[in-house]
Order: sequence, then C-alpha cells, then structure tokens
Amino acid sequence: MIWNEEFETLPREALEALQLRRLQNLVERVYATVPFYKEAFDKKGVKPEDIKSLKDLRKLPFTYKQDMRDNYPYGLFAVPKEQVVRIHASSGTTGKPTVVGYTRRDIGTWAELMARTFTAAGVKKGDVLQNAYGYGLFTGGLGAHYGAELIGASVIPISGGNSAKQVMILKDFGTTAISCTPSYALNLYEVALEEGVNLKDLPVRVGVFGAEPWTNAMRKEIEEKWGIDAIDIYGLSEVMGPGVSFECVEAKNGMHINEDHFIAEIIDPETEEPLEYGQVGELVFTTITKEAIPLIRYRTRDITRLIKEPCKCGRTFVRMEKVTGRSDDMLIIRGVNVFPSQIESILVERKGVQPHYQLVVDRVGNLDTLEVQVEVGEELFSDEIKVLQSIEKGIEKDIKDIIGVSAKVKLVEPKTIQRSEGKAKRVIDKRVMK
Amino acid sequence: MKILQISVFIENQSGRLYEVTNLLGKNGINIRALSLADTSDFGILRLIVNDPEKAHSMLRENGFTVGRTEVIAVEVPDKPGGLASVLKVLDENKINVEYMYAFVEMSGDCAVMIFRFDETDKALKVLSDNGINTIEGKKIYGM
Repeated sequence: MIWNEEFETLPREALEALQLRRLQNLVERVYATVPFYKEAFDKKGVKPEDIKSLKDLRKLPFTYKQDMRDNYPYGLFAVPKEQVVRIHASSGTTGKPTVVGYTRRDIGTWAELMARTFTAAGVKKGDVLQNAYGYGLFTGGLGAHYGAELIGASVIPISGGNSAKQVMILKDFGTTAISCTPSYALNLYEVALEEGVNLKDLPVRVGVFGAEPWTNAMRKEIEEKWGIDAIDIYGLSEVMGPGVSFECVEAKNGMHINEDHFIAEIIDPETEEPLEYGQVGELVFTTITKEAIPLIRYRTRDITRLIKEPCKCGRTFVRMEKVTGRSDDMLIIRGVNVFPSQIESILVERKGVQPHYQLVVDRVGNLDTLEVQVEVGEELFSDEIKVLQSIEKGIEKDIKDIIGVSAKVKLVEPKTIQRSEGKAKRVIDKRVMK
Repeated sequence: MKILQISVFIENQSGRLYEVTNLLGKNGINIRALSLADTSDFGILRLIVNDPEKAHSMLRENGFTVGRTEVIAVEVPDKPGGLASVLKVLDENKINVEYMYAFVEMSGDCAVMIFRFDETDKALKVLSDNGINTIEGKKIYGM
C-alpha cells in the first residue's frame, strides 16, 4: 500500500530532476538567510550557482551536530521566528539539547512522511493506533501522531510508560496498530503476561517500531509474541523526526528513504569522500524541502549502506539497511543517546576519580542496562564503606540528572580495566554480541 | 595512642583476599588484627600489621589501592559489660564510632578493641580522662 503514489513511485530520472531543483532552491535560500551557511560556503569557495547537477552536492560543506550546538538555540533557523509553529529538541550531549523548529508547512511535510510510513506498514483509515512513543520535546510522539491522523486512523496518544494501563487500553480499546520502541514492545509483552493478557488474542495487527537499533532476531521475537507484523522506521530530530525512512510490510527489507524530501549520501567517515551504492559508510542527509531549519549534508554518524535495487512494493526510493553502528561512539540506551564523553565529564568533575572507566551495556530481559565501572584510586579511597557507597550513588545521580539514563556505578580495583595501545576501549556493548 | 591501620580496596572476586594475604606473608608481614567490610561489589580489608609502612608501600607497588588511617587500640575489661562500660563513656561524650573490631591478643587482664572514631583526638582525650587505657603503636605492632 502506498500513500502518495505520485511521489513514492516517481521514475528515477524525474525524481533526480526534482531533487536537483529543490537542492538549488535550498542552497540559494540558506546562503541568503543563514549566516552560518554563507560563511561555510564562502570558506569552501562555493556559490549557490555552482550547483548545476546532483553531483555538485559534494562541493558543499558538511553540517555537524556540533554546529547545531554552537548555534544554540535558533542560530541555524532559516525563517523568522514568527513562522516557526513548533519547536522540538533532541537530548543534548553536554546538557544543551539540539533545537529544531518547524514551520506550518514543515509540520505538514512531516505528517505526510509519517502517513507514508504508516501506510507502508499497512496502517489505514479505521485502524486504532496506540501511539506509545514519548510526547514532548522528543519528536517521536507528535511525529507519529500527526501522520496517523492524516491517514484517518484513530490515534490514542498514550505516550510512553505506564505499562499496565497500556495493556488495559490494548485490550479494551480494540487497538489494531501500535507504535513505540521495539524494546518497549517486548516489555509490554511481559507486562501483558503478568496481567493475564495474551496479546495474540487481541486484534493488534501491526507494530511500527523505531527510535533505537534492533535486530532481525528481535523482529522475529516481537512478531511471534504479539502475533503482528513488526515494521522498522528511522528518523532523527535534526533531519525531521521519525519518518525519514520506513520499511514496507511487503518486503520488510531495508527502509525507503523519502528522497523527494531528503538527499541521502553514504560517505567514508574518515576521508569524507562519497561512496557508491551498496558500500558501507556514514549516512549524510541534505533536507531539500525543510523551511525552518534546513540542513546541508548533515553528518548523522549512523553507519549503513544504501540499496538501489527496486523493491517489490513498487517504490522507487532507495532503501537504507538497518543502522549497524556509529561513526562516533554514541550509544542508545533505552532510547536515550549517550556519549561516553558525557560520562567522562561527569567523572572528571568528581575529585579523586580516575580517568579510567568503562561502560558495560547489556540487555536484561527487555531493558537496556548501563554499568559504569570506575577504578578506585587512592584519592578516592576511604576505609569506610559508606563513603565509597555515597560516591557510587553520587555519580549515579549525576548521570541520571544530566544524561537522563539510570546507570549502576561499580567501583573496581585499579588497572582492572583493560588498557589498549591506542584509543581506550570505553564501551563493552553486550547487546551487540547477543 | 593512635596507631596506624592499613586498608585495602578489594573487588568481590574469588582469590583476591588470598592474593593480599599471600603477598603480605611472602614479604614477612604479620597480620595482628583485621576486619573485612563488604558490599555486593567490593570489600575493604582493614589491617593492623607489624610493619604498616612496609605493608603500605608493598601493596601499592603491587597495584592495590591502599589507605592509611589512624585508629585507636583500647583496652577493654575482659568481663561481662566490659565493652559496654567503654561505649557508655563514648556515648556520654557524644563520640561517634565509625567502626570497630577485636584484636586477638590480650593485654594483661584486658581484651583489645580497635576503634575508628570520626574525631580521633577528642576520643583519645575522653578515653584518657575516664581512665581507659589505649595501647601505643610500637607495642601493638609487636604483640
């Protein structure tokens, strides 16, 4: 099923012509309205009129997450504030979030993209969608909400958490579609079991899952436990929110990128050179229709590859594979973006804490766990248990307050954390090994 | 009299306690008294040894996190209510005991307890004002 037949099945040639037109328009617009981009273009010696073909995209400078932080909060906005009808933000890495804005048209575009996403998953008018993505600054909840309303589904804006109530509503409201993170879907299954509810007996037919990486094994598990189709979606607040790309229920094999709104590139994160279709590298997006905060060659840091082969669903958009890693060291723990450097800065602020630490990420049941191992040096050490325990609790509180994720801090003996020749190995992600 | 206690950070892992005691033994260090406080993740081994300075530097060189703390060895009458009589004096003078543990050897008619106070000097004065004996380091290390 296709929401927007005209654009989603546009012949490649016509699609590329449209992309070029939109790109040229975008480049002129940001050059004129965003001082950051004028400066970046000038520094690279590129003028808007130099963009004559899609290949010329590579002449343009990259935009990094750091640029958004440096221009916090509104410095990258390309429209006057009066035209911004919505402001969202992603979890910041240094306490300051990454702020994004939307014009009324941006909100419409976003709804369109999520309408495509839900339609591709098999959600349609008449469906009852339980939207368990978080509402708020996070883009997940409202992004999914508008898209589902656009196709005429009945949306239950329950947001995340409150699992017993989620199960009650699943049972009582006749929910036919659910959207949340995949790990939360597994969590809900456990809660349903405890409540004596077998999800397979309910009319739920499809789940639209995103906001964190998940494996095909996890898809199988969710599909078996819930008795539904589990569909993967992708997005990031900087680029738009959920719905940047989506799987179709027909193939469940790679996520179609909404190429009439975003130009995707894969680059080698080291050399920054563009790679061919099929090669694995870092995903880079240029937003060619966004008004409030358009981005030129935004470095997502997500590692994947693009699939050009046509999909059996009939869409002509290229697909991206599941994200297999990061070109930086960001971790996603229970949907929260966590950088080891954030933990490090919390640790170094604490007197006596050694710079030697290690993060152990695991998944216990359906919940991600984070253990922060900290080596105990003499300055930190005390002969009193309560002093050491208060250090553990203090670091745990700081991590919770600043990063927003619960962690267990474990003090370990010096030199027990593995030293490596080059870059320290800060993270052991046991989820990857499972 | 204040005496020197060595404390060692030990992760809760099988064999670690053995390694510490084995190291001490091989280096001719004799343990006079000890206590082990533990949580689910780690333990703190507190030791009174015959040569605290040597034990401290030797454990450090072997990669352990080691601390030194001043504690007080108190003579406690070896009879029912003996310890209570000492604690009563401390309580009346609002001296807080952080932790304590027993010394194996006797000192005359008295048992010996190792005390860690939050205010060591004040504790010493209170004990001495109330006629309670404390034992000096030199004697304790060689007991």
